[in-house]
Amino acid sequence: MEEIKLMKGNEAISHAAVRCGCDGYFGYPITPQSEVMETLQELKPWETTGMVVLQAESEVSAINMVYAGAGAGKMVMTSSSSPGISLKQEGISYIAAAELPCVILNVMRGGPGLGTIQPSQADYFQSVKGGGHGDYHLIVLAPSSVQEMADFVGLGFELAFKYRNPCLILSDGVIGQMMEKVVLPPFKPRRTQEEVVAQCPWATTGKKGRERNIITSLEMAPEIMEQRNLHLLEKYRTIEENEVRFEDYHCEDADYVCVSFGSSARVCKSAAELARHEGIKLGVLRPITLFPFPTKKIQELAARVKGFLTVEMSAGQMVEDVRLAVNGQKPVEFFGRQGGMVPTAEEVLDALKKQLIK
Amino acid sequence: MKREIIIAGFGGQGVLSMGKILAYAGLLQGKEVTWLPAYGPEQRGGTANVTVILSDEPISSPLLQKYDIAVVLNQPSMDKFEPRVKPGGILIYDPAGMTRQPERTDISVYSVAATDTAAALNAMKTFNMIVLGGLLKIDPIVEMDNVMLGLKKSLPERHHKLLPANEAAMKKGAEIIEKIR
Amino acid sequence: MTTKDIIKPENLVYGKTKLLTDNVMHYCPGCSHGVIHKLIAEVIEEMGIQDRTVGVAPVGCAVFAYNYIDVDWQEAAHGRAPALATALKRLNPENVVFTYQGDGDLAAIGTAETIHACNRGENIVIFFVNNAIYGMTGGQMAPTTLEGMKTATCPYGRNTDIYGFPLKISELLAKLDGTCYVTRQSTHKTANIVRAKKAIRKAFENSMAGKGTSVVEFVSHCNTGWKMSPVQANAWMEEHMFAKYPLGDLKDTEKKHYEEPAK
Repeated sequence: MEEIKLMKGNEAISHAAVRCGCDGYFGYPITPQSEVMETLQELKPWETTGMVVLQAESEVSAINMVYAGAGAGKMVMTSSSSPGISLKQEGISYIAAAELPCVILNVMRGGPGLGTIQPSQADYFQSVKGGGHGDYHLIVLAPSSVQEMADFVGLGFELAFKYRNPCLILSDGVIGQMMEKVVLPPFKPRRTQEEVVAQCPWATTGKKGRERNIITSLEMAPEIMEQRNLHLLEKYRTIEENEVRFEDYHCEDADYVCVSFGSSARVCKSAAELARHEGIKLGVLRPITLFPFPTKKIQELAARVKGFLTVEMSAGQMVEDVRLAVNGQKPVEFFGRQGGMVPTAEEVLDALKKQLIK
Repeated sequence: MKREIIIAGFGGQGVLSMGKILAYAGLLQGKEVTWLPAYGPEQRGGTANVTVILSDEPISSPLLQKYDIAVVLNQPSMDKFEPRVKPGGILIYDPAGMTRQPERTDISVYSVAATDTAAALNAMKTFNMIVLGGLLKIDPIVEMDNVMLGLKKSLPERHHKLLPANEAAMKKGAEIIEKIR
Repeated sequence: MTTKDIIKPENLVYGKTKLLTDNVMHYCPGCSHGVIHKLIAEVIEEMGIQDRTVGVAPVGCAVFAYNYIDVDWQEAAHGRAPALATALKRLNPENVVFTYQGDGDLAAIGTAETIHACNRGENIVIFFVNNAIYGMTGGQMAPTTLEGMKTATCPYGRNTDIYGFPLKISELLAKLDGTCYVTRQSTHKTANIVRAKKAIRKAFENSMAGKGTSVVEFVSHCNTGWKMSPVQANAWMEEHMFAKYPLGDLKDTEKKHYEEPAK
């Protein structure tokens, strides 16, 4: 029988990383995600699987360690929270440009600036629109439970290697700090170096028996650089076609739909339960991938529901993508809390009544 | 069955670990559980609180506006959470250090003198287990055996010698809790 | 005797190491990068470690170093090379890993990465080319620019009241417990080239023996940025640069390994 554990989302990430054969973790402490590295240090995976765990001197250094590890074909990851993720953006842009696979976890807290250590979802734009310079996308997974924190490490690496693209797990202080039941993934051994070389013929493993490999994002000729940009664009299109994931919570008969991700989607589900007690048919559409965004699903819903309420712990960021998808067919309203405040189910239902049902 | 519980007090009173033991026991009984702390500097003094939900059904929001049970262990926590107990719900408090009595009349109110009892037993570290014992006497949401199992799981092995003292503390809590109204 | 008679294998007295590619170098005539590249390539070939060496290129004049030495390479963001090298070495300890950085990369924007990689005693080699100027971006002030020296961003000379003092970063790195070998070399004369090559080899050997971080600084000139002929630049370097950055070993030891405290 699978063993059910009780642990924090941050701890689940670490256990899952070791179990799915991760080769290296590089991080820097920041609230509310420090348990990730603390748990890894306690697990001592270097004695069992051989996984490297290193506390870097900064987030900047940590993401560049990830860049190098990914360039060597290793399964490497880092984690941080909003201000630290801002620091990592330069490295993330390089990783995306060099088309390297890695997993990055953001346990979001409120900003801007040093902001608050309390939960937030205000890094949506940064995550899905490209937080660093240049045209690129990350694959963005938004867990809404401790179980998904555990599951998305393996999924993140799978997608990252499939598309040679960095994958961001966009979590928040609620999911990171909360304890829930979790079934951890089964132990998978780390790949041998022979397997790494076979899987990643492009990696800087040492040029034995082949031409040398160069990992770089630099290109001085604009004609060639444009081709690279177009290649990236094509890859993102493929990802949009194949990798959209969402959860449909009672949208089948819904008059109204809340669009919400991560911890605020949990609140929206409670709001839907409350609403249905009062005879209001409310459903919840929870995007699991934020890039690629479930645009088609929202368009389908727009044809038959009366309106949408987007709920976020921000000033309203994802709502822009919902509005783009709905394209004026139906009203799209927004309700959010900021600064580390988490909306309650009652507030969401109130907002629905005031802004949409009227 | 669903219980939505807030446990609140000073950092260092064992508020978070009391919630953790309760959640573990719920897990062992096959329930869905969430344990969500107010995190941050609270861990190092100041007030701490944790929301614990035990349910037979999957739990949607782990954050709540209203609670079935509020366990308040200092005055700021009583001020904050007494108004947020659902009508017909339960408020449990430790009278030590409180400057006022609970005022609600539409809820059940219980007092558990855990601070004084723990001091008398010279076992301040079992304070939270006295409170938990009281809570489970009033509302036996989880079985005592599972609490002990949960405690065993959450304690490192080197501390397992403390298990009997904790069990005794829970029993004491069950004895001393009294209904105010 | 015709040219054809001379070009025969048995008459060969000098050959380019096969580790240097045939790509035409983008460096200015007179620049020391070419010599330093050649020395590194020769040592890698002589040590037989081509198949397991990974270089990390900087941002600066040597940004295209990966075009010239025939090993695996990664191109770092400006200043981050030691962070890359750290991960490369830790994830593949059997690899031989080096960075190749200039003064702006290593001693300005990448100071934190440099110091902490050295302080952790990463078993990597750091090659540091110090020409007291930002060459690639067109001759701006570097942390190692000498007092009173003119650059595009201090056209009246580096005023130490405003910009502080030439940074003797190698002296600083030599103080760290994680470095095993810190040396300052140059490649402007044959004798110096011979010494520099020995230093390069020693640095690689240290990293393979797990002795700690080795730093080889090459005091160099940038005749273009300095607005001199190569000959003038060499003379100016001898007179002024060596006064501030004297050649020789700053440190030659082995880092101490951790021992579990007694319980």
